[in-house]
Amino acid sequence: MIELFGMEWPWLVWKLVQIILFVVVLLVGLAFLLLMDRKVWAAVQLRRGPNVVGPFGLLQSFADFLKFVFKEIIIPAGSDKILFVLAPIITLVTAFGVWAVIPAAPGWVMSNLNLGVLYILAISSLGVYGIIIGGWASNSKYPFLGALRSTAQMISYEVSIGFILITVLLLVGSLNLTDIVNAQAGGFWNWHAFMLDFSDPKSLILFPVMFYMFVLFFISALAETNRPPFDLPEAESELVAGYQVEYSSTPYLLFMIGEYLNIVLMCAMLTVMFLGGWHAPLDIGGGFIPPIFWFVGKVVFMFFLFAMVKAIVPRYRYDQLMRLGWKVFLPTSLVAIVIVSTYVMMFGRPYMSMTVGVG
Amino acid sequence: MSVEMLPGLAFYILSATAVGMAFMVIASRNPVHSVVFLIGTFFASAGLFVLLGAEFLALLLIMVYVGAVAVLFMFVVMMLDVDFVEMKQGFLQYLPIGGVVACILLAEMILLGAASLVNPGAGVKFAEDGTSNIEAIGNVLYTEYAFFFEAVGLILLLAMVGAIVLTLRKRDGVKTQNISEQIARTREGGVELVDIKPGEGIGS
Repeated sequence: MIELFGMEWPWLVWKLVQIILFVVVLLVGLAFLLLMDRKVWAAVQLRRGPNVVGPFGLLQSFADFLKFVFKEIIIPAGSDKILFVLAPIITLVTAFGVWAVIPAAPGWVMSNLNLGVLYILAISSLGVYGIIIGGWASNSKYPFLGALRSTAQMISYEVSIGFILITVLLLVGSLNLTDIVNAQAGGFWNWHAFMLDFSDPKSLILFPVMFYMFVLFFISALAETNRPPFDLPEAESELVAGYQVEYSSTPYLLFMIGEYLNIVLMCAMLTVMFLGGWHAPLDIGGGFIPPIFWFVGKVVFMFFLFAMVKAIVPRYRYDQLMRLGWKVFLPTSLVAIVIVSTYVMMFGRPYMSMTVGVG
Repeated sequence: MSVEMLPGLAFYILSATAVGMAFMVIASRNPVHSVVFLIGTFFASAGLFVLLGAEFLALLLIMVYVGAVAVLFMFVVMMLDVDFVEMKQGFLQYLPIGGVVACILLAEMILLGAASLVNPGAGVKFAEDGTSNIEAIGNVLYTEYAFFFEAVGLILLLAMVGAIVLTLRKRDGVKTQNISEQIARTREGGVELVDIKPGEGIGS
């Protein structure tokens, strides 16, 4: 053991190994999720999707990765070179940084912050810089328009995401993500998306409100991650590829990885906030099936829904997108906050009756 | 080197970054670069908040200033078509005024520091042990300063309404979508089935 800065080295090394392992697992998982995205999309359109590289095309993402990495990085002559390179790095780093507080199983979290939700909101709000700086630094019309669209869109939907999260936080009384997951233990009727605890009839008032919040969060997550039907920043029929037009090879790859990481993060957020995290839907087989299975299963299911939406729904027009965010989501989520906080004031938090002494 | 020195080291690194970045905000030629440096300044200040044990304020600073305010700055600066070289000409002209403002701020800081040296903890309310950041701030904000808090909220609302009233213009001839009208449209109102006799056509 070497002592540097007063701490023992093995601790630091252990943490570093954990982080590297986490990043690698996340990236490999992402490679297969990307393939799943394309496969689902293909299935909806009655195609086969990628099926050449490896069995069932399982290695397609790795082939794409190698292809991106071995190409030449082209930096446009008129671009702002430093910012042009900085933008994809910002996107990737913030996308990875948010994952530090996501709990995947009991105790499986890089950093169990007490202000976890706030941390997620703070770091993910930085992701927009990658897009806006990238769009501006390209010094080209389409990327610039894409960046402007993206900024307005992401800021608008961040507001509604914030309000939706407040309803969950009111019910739990903690910003710690592990606490939020534990508040939903016991079965799917305790999950914030459903709230169907028939042993406590008055809590059924919350069911329609929270289910609506769940749906709103899902749609806002689509808009926040620039997924169809809200992929206006990169709408290929209008802006070629939006802010990514001038990017090639590795910088483009960083943008894409960051974007997909954000999508998976939103799936994980939905799982943690509304679908009970690592808790099983019914209290059976808890001894045999590890909690991580449920967490990953729920995340993959949510990702499947994201992929289905991409395959099925046509793109929104920009003014309709803004109208939806500001005139529909914002007022209704405000009303939901009033209802939930009134409920909490009158009857207390729903899960406190079961687990005394928490919160 | 011991672990006790780490916070001090972090403080000097963070404050040096903050000051350096703040200088670059006014020194850099490109306004977009200025905004990027401004973001760096906000980040370093958030780091200082963390060092003080105010994680809530740090995250709030990042969320509000970096995540929203600076984005809008950047938005505006990118869209503006101002000759910034020309604007830089007035830099020396305004130096005295800027110097006076800086001196006032410096004097205030020195006064505050001196006051806390003479009477430690006079103007500063520390959180009691065991309460988290949010609880401490919430307690003060919603009990002692509840009136001011509400007043600030009202002022902000007023400012918001004012800004909207100032910028919202009614223009003639603009086609807008009326969603409720669209949804209320039925088959009966929208489609008319006409039985046309062969060789006659519609309209006589």
